[in-house]
Amino acid sequence: MRKLAIIMAALALGAPAAFAAEGGGAAAWQQWHAGNELGDRASLQRGARNFMNYCVGCHSLKYVRYQRVGEDLGIATDIMKANLVPSGAKITDYVLTAMPASLANASFGIVPPDLSLITRSKGSDYVYQFLKTFYLDPKATTGTNNLALPGTAMPHVLSDLQGLQRAVFGKDGRFEKFETDVAGQESAAEYDSFVRDTVNFLEYAGEPAKLHRATIGVWVVLYLLLFTAIAWLLKQEYWKDVH
Amino acid sequence: MATAEPATAKGGFRAWLNKRLPVDEFMESQLLGYFAPKNFNVWYFFGSLALLVFVIQIVTGIFLTMNYKPGELTAFDSVEYIMREVEWGWLIRYMHAIGASMFFIVVYLHMYRALLYGSYKAPRELLWLFGMCIYLALMAEAFFGYVLPWGNMSFWGAQVIVNLFGTIPGIGPGLVEWIRGDYGIADSTLNRFFALHVSALPLALLLLIALHLVALRQTGSNNPDGIEIKARLGANGKPLDGIPFHPYYTLKDVVGVGVFLIAFAIVVFFVPDFGGLFLEKPNFEPANPLSTPTHIAPVWYFTPFYAILRAVPDQRLGALLMGLAVIAFVFLPWLDRSPVKSTRYRGWIWKLALAVFTVSFLALMYLGLMPAEGRYVTLARIFTIAYFAFFVLMPFYTRIDPVKAVPERVTYHA
Repeated sequence: MRKLAIIMAALALGAPAAFAAEGGGAAAWQQWHAGNELGDRASLQRGARNFMNYCVGCHSLKYVRYQRVGEDLGIATDIMKANLVPSGAKITDYVLTAMPASLANASFGIVPPDLSLITRSKGSDYVYQFLKTFYLDPKATTGTNNLALPGTAMPHVLSDLQGLQRAVFGKDGRFEKFETDVAGQESAAEYDSFVRDTVNFLEYAGEPAKLHRATIGVWVVLYLLLFTAIAWLLKQEYWKDVH
Repeated sequence: MATAEPATAKGGFRAWLNKRLPVDEFMESQLLGYFAPKNFNVWYFFGSLALLVFVIQIVTGIFLTMNYKPGELTAFDSVEYIMREVEWGWLIRYMHAIGASMFFIVVYLHMYRALLYGSYKAPRELLWLFGMCIYLALMAEAFFGYVLPWGNMSFWGAQVIVNLFGTIPGIGPGLVEWIRGDYGIADSTLNRFFALHVSALPLALLLLIALHLVALRQTGSNNPDGIEIKARLGANGKPLDGIPFHPYYTLKDVVGVGVFLIAFAIVVFFVPDFGGLFLEKPNFEPANPLSTPTHIAPVWYFTPFYAILRAVPDQRLGALLMGLAVIAFVFLPWLDRSPVKSTRYRGWIWKLALAVFTVSFLALMYLGLMPAEGRYVTLARIFTIAYFAFFVLMPFYTRIDPVKAVPERVTYHA
């Protein structure tokens, strides 16, 4: 048996060498991490506000209800009603954009996607990178293009905050860096945290259970550890008879 | 270990019950009087764990069915409804989805145990065949279940798998249409997969598991030494190296259950997607016949066979080899000509062959998750050849393998 293990270990150690990464060298922006904290309730609340101010004009969260957002993020019902629930909508309604699909199609040539699960299908980092890599592009109908989603139909709706930036590409066509063209209302750090809060809220919206499942999990695992320890002691006691 | 006195001799409810239902007789024949080798090691936990996962899948599945709505317009939304609006729905759904991966982990380890200790060899050929039927039914069950959330990977995965039947000469195209019930993967496909997933296959699995256990009771368990404990009986007519299944192995298995549940809970509560391996990212987008995912890969437990499919340049031959790769295990009892069951007493040739097979299987599993291009295809071809060589050459190398003498009694250190 030991020989079998040795042979297998040798083969297993050899295998990864064959799979050595080809080393594609990702661009700097592809390494950006959202770095958002679901445990940061103030950040989630700011993210909800950002979403209602800047995103819901075109994007829905069709699986998310206002009331649930209020409960989960600790926002009082009257504050929800006064600030986050649009007039005409009930607090029990789902977060739906007021923009009709036909108008969206006419304006953008596409219906803006529902964002309920965007962080689950693309990842939080992707949304963070997307919101930070709009750049001026005279060829684009919206005036801007995006590194994370080239050719996006979405205009840079956050340009009043971030400002506008030019992308500098090297001779090989690879992205090198951004240069500010028009400064925005927010500093780079402020815009970063704006995006981070928004991504945080979207990550919550992608899986509301994520707010508390790890906390429950700790107790479940602790219980199971205790259960297993007792079961093991009982088994040891009985197995004393086996010689 | 006193044999139970006839239960009917006693008064009270138990006697009343036993006159009408052979409860004590069943306990005696299946648990107290059923002797298992005392030298089981950690590999022997996975049978009872597979049964546990089966029960978890049935119970969580029943609760999911209460809120899941099959249908191309309702399926995806109803899964999100379960994840968000149903009390503890997220937990039930995660347990079920991750339970599928857990099922394959324990079943693969259970099968590997049989390879290590020759558990498929005479007199346990039928036990092995029932096990293989369970494995095939489980693959079908997992595939149908994977389609139900109607995510984009569900849709395209179904497309790829169902189209494989189209490679069968002559009847292929008609067969594919018959399976789908439509000209493409559609509402009717989803509904029939739901029917098969929640009723036909669970019933088949239940029957096969029962047969697997009955066959096990008939032959008794093999053990890490590959020694038939029934060959040496004590004065009481029971195997010298055996101990009653209850309380010894029931209690030991409870410890295994505890350890398994800890691992299961860690995944469910802390990393349910498991880095996209247990829940794939594209499946959080609804099925879209107009948008093919950039890279279609099945869930990890099918990827060894998927890698074989893609390694072959000819699609028809690839599908055939893929099928053979799954079926190959069926023939093990007859391919293995070694006089010795356990790897412990086999020679270096067998150990080398088993090691090559193990590495090939794991490598193919990895390659099946990668895009089929460049070096990955070359490697997949090499490992496909190694995979089949393990089976095809088995009758030869097991005959010339320098085996060691098998001891008369099992190895056991209290």
